[in-house]
Amino acid sequence: MKKTVFVGAMAAATTLVAGAASATVLEEVQGRGELHCGVSTGVNGFSAPDSTGEWQGFDVAICRAVAAAVLGDPNKVKFTSTTGQTRFSALASGEIDILTRNTTWTMSRDADLKFSFAGVNYYDGQGFMVNKALGVSSAKELDGATVCIQTGTTTELNLADYFKANNMTYEPVPIETNAEAQQQYLAGACDVYTTDASGLAATRATFADPENHAVLPEIISKEPLGPLVAHGDDQWGDIVRWTMNALVAAEELGITSANIEELSKGTANPEINRILGASDDDLGAMIGLDKEWAKRAISAGGNYGEIFAANIGESTPIGLARGLNALWTQGGLQYSPPFR
Amino acid sequence: MSDKMISFVRTEMLPEQTPPSSQVGAMRWVRENLFSGPVNTLLTLLGIAVLYFLAVHLGPWFKNSIWNADSLAECREILAGQSGACWGVIKDRWHQLIFGFYPAEEYWRPTITFFLMLVAIAPVLFGGLPRKMMWFSAIFPALAFWLLWGGSIWYSVFAMLGFVVAYVAFRALQQVSGVVAVVGAVVAAVIWWLLLAGPLGDLVASVVPVALPYIRSDDFGGFMISIIIGVTGIALSLPIGILLALGRQSDMPLVRWICVGFIEFIRGVPLITLLFTASLLLNYFLPPGTNFDIILRVIIMVTLFAAAYMAEVVRGGFAALPRGQYEAADALGLDYWKAQRLILLPQALKISIPGIVNTFIGLFKDTTLVVFIGILDPIGLSNAIRADSNWNGIIWELYAFIALCFFLFCFGMSRYSQYLEGKLKTDHR
Repeated sequence: MKKTVFVGAMAAATTLVAGAASATVLEEVQGRGELHCGVSTGVNGFSAPDSTGEWQGFDVAICRAVAAAVLGDPNKVKFTSTTGQTRFSALASGEIDILTRNTTWTMSRDADLKFSFAGVNYYDGQGFMVNKALGVSSAKELDGATVCIQTGTTTELNLADYFKANNMTYEPVPIETNAEAQQQYLAGACDVYTTDASGLAATRATFADPENHAVLPEIISKEPLGPLVAHGDDQWGDIVRWTMNALVAAEELGITSANIEELSKGTANPEINRILGASDDDLGAMIGLDKEWAKRAISAGGNYGEIFAANIGESTPIGLARGLNALWTQGGLQYSPPFR
Repeated sequence: MSDKMISFVRTEMLPEQTPPSSQVGAMRWVRENLFSGPVNTLLTLLGIAVLYFLAVHLGPWFKNSIWNADSLAECREILAGQSGACWGVIKDRWHQLIFGFYPAEEYWRPTITFFLMLVAIAPVLFGGLPRKMMWFSAIFPALAFWLLWGGSIWYSVFAMLGFVVAYVAFRALQQVSGVVAVVGAVVAAVIWWLLLAGPLGDLVASVVPVALPYIRSDDFGGFMISIIIGVTGIALSLPIGILLALGRQSDMPLVRWICVGFIEFIRGVPLITLLFTASLLLNYFLPPGTNFDIILRVIIMVTLFAAAYMAEVVRGGFAALPRGQYEAADALGLDYWKAQRLILLPQALKISIPGIVNTFIGLFKDTTLVVFIGILDPIGLSNAIRADSNWNGIIWELYAFIALCFFLFCFGMSRYSQYLEGKLKTDHR
C-alpha cells in the first residue's frame, strides 16, 4: 500500500507541475501529431505485435480509434510496451497519454493513484480450468486441489477469498508468467489453473488437445478492464470516454465500417446523424474536436462488435463469446449513454 | 662379484610382442579414464544413462524439426501427435528477435554497424593489426550512432569534433600548465557541445544534407538492443572502472571518499533497482516533456553498475602486485600517471583478465533484465511473440534460439580471454 501512496503522491506532484506549465493533453497530442499509447508487452488477442511489428489486438484497437478521432489517422500511434510495474508511472509521468493494458478498474487505482477510467472495454472475471480427466464440473468440487496461480496479482487474493468462503482448502503452486503456467499445468504440476477467463480461453486454445480441458462455469471475481487516463485533464478523459461510447453506440445503432459512408450522408435516425456529424448539432466541438471525430473513430476498426469479433471473438482462435460484453439490448453490460 | 660366472645368459633378443589389449588404444583410454575404480565406473554408467535418456527424449524432437509452418497449430498437424520442434516460429520471427521493430527496409544499417563494430574492436583485441586502425575505432561510436538512429550525419560529425576542439585547447594551454590545459580542454569541449555543435550541425545540414531516415529508440529491440547496451556498457565500464579503482587507492581523501561511496552504493543495490530508477523515477524528476532517451538511460545505469564491479576487480589486480613494484616505479622517478601507465596498470590488468571478462559476460547477460521495464529484448520479444495467436504456447524453441545466440557471444568472449591470458603469460609456472 505504501508504494501506491508514493506513486500517487508523485503523480499528483507531476500533475501540478504539468498543469501549471504545459498545454492540455489534446493540444499536446495534436501538436506532436502522434498519440502515445501504453499497451502490454504481449497479451494474446488484446495487444501483441504481428510478424511485421504492427501492434494488433482488442486494446490496441481502442488506441487506434482515439488516434483516428483526434488526429484523423488510426496509424499515428506510438505504442509503448509497459509491464505491470511500469504501467502506472508511465501514465502518471505523461510518457503515455492513454493506458490500455488489461487494467482492472478498482477504487484505489481510480482515486488513490489519480487516474480516470474512461469506461470498460472488456468485462472479465476470474475462472478455473481443469483437465476433464479429473471429472470436476463445478469449482465447488475443487476441495484439496493444487492450483497454479500467478503471484502478486489480484487473482491470488480472489482465490484465497473464494476457497475460504466455501470452506475448502487448496495447495497453491506459485508461478510467474502465463507461459510458465501453461507448462506447469500441462505437465500436471497442478490440477487447476486459475486466471482471468479470457486468459484461460486463450491458453486453452493453444493446447494440443483443447477438448480434454474444460473451463468451469464459476466466475469468482469482477475484472472490468478498460482504458485509463491521468487526472488533471477532464477534456482528454471525455475524448477517450466518448470515443469508447461512440464505438458501443455504433454497434447498437447498426453503424458498421461497411455502411458508415452510406449512413453519414444522413439518415432518418437523428442520433446516428449526431454521431456521424451529419446533422447541425456539433458534438465534436464540445470535446475540442471537429464534427466527424466519431465517424473517423468508427471507421478505424469498425464498431465495438466488429472490433470484438476481429480480435477475440468466436471466429478467432481465442474464441470468446460475447457474454457480459454483449450490448445491453442483448443481455450484456455494454451500454452507451445517449449522444445528445 | 665380477669373478663369479653367470651360468646362463640369453644371447638373442626376445621378439617384440604387442602389448596386451588392455594397455593400448581405446581400451586403455577407457580403462584409465572411465573405469579406473568403483566410483568412476558408477559415475560412467550414470553418465551413459543420462546421455541415453537425453538422446531418447530430445532426439526425436530435433529429428522431427519443422521449419515450414506458419503457426503452432500447423506444426501440430504436420507432426500428428509425434514429438518435434516447431522451428517455424524462428523462421517467421527471427528478424524480430534480432532487430526488434526496426523497419525491415533499414535492416542493412544495424547489420553494417555490427560488422563495422567487429572491425573497430579488432585492433583493440589483437596487437598484430596495424595501429592505424585505431583511428577507425575512435570514430566508430559516432558512426554507429548515426547508422543506427539515423538523422543528419552532421550532428555526429560535430559531436566528434568536440574531441578535436578539446585537443587543440589542450595543446594551446599546455605551455601554461598541465592542470590548466586539462581544465581548458574540458571547458572548451563542453562549450562546443552545448552551444556550437547543434547550430553548426543545423547550418551544415541545411547546406549539405546527408541524412538517413530517423529511427527512434522504441523501434529498437531483440539482440540488437542487447548488443548495443552490452557493447557500450563493456566499452565504457572498463575505463571508468580503472579510474574508480585508482581513485579508491588515492591519497586524496575527497577523491577516495567519492570513489568508495560510489562503488559501495552501486554494489549495494541490485541492478533491477537501478533499471527501475532509470525507467520510472527519472520520469518524475525531469521536467515534463523532456525526452531523455530510455536506451540512453539504461546504458548509463548498466555502465555505472558494471563500472563499480570492474573497479573492484581491477583493485584486486593492484592488490596482487608486490609492494616492490610501486617502490621501483617511484625509484625510477616516474610521476603518478607514468608509473600507473607503464608499470602498475599493465601488470594489474593482466592479473585481472579472468575477473574482467567475467564481469563483461555477466553484464552482457544482465541486459535481459531490461525486459522488466518494458524494453523488448529477446526475452521480452519471446513473450510478445507468444501473445500472437499463431504462436501462443510455443516455449522451448524460442528459448533454445535465444540461449544459442547468447552462448555464441559469451563463449566467444571466454575464448578470447583465454587467448589473451596465454599471450600475456610471462612467468614460468
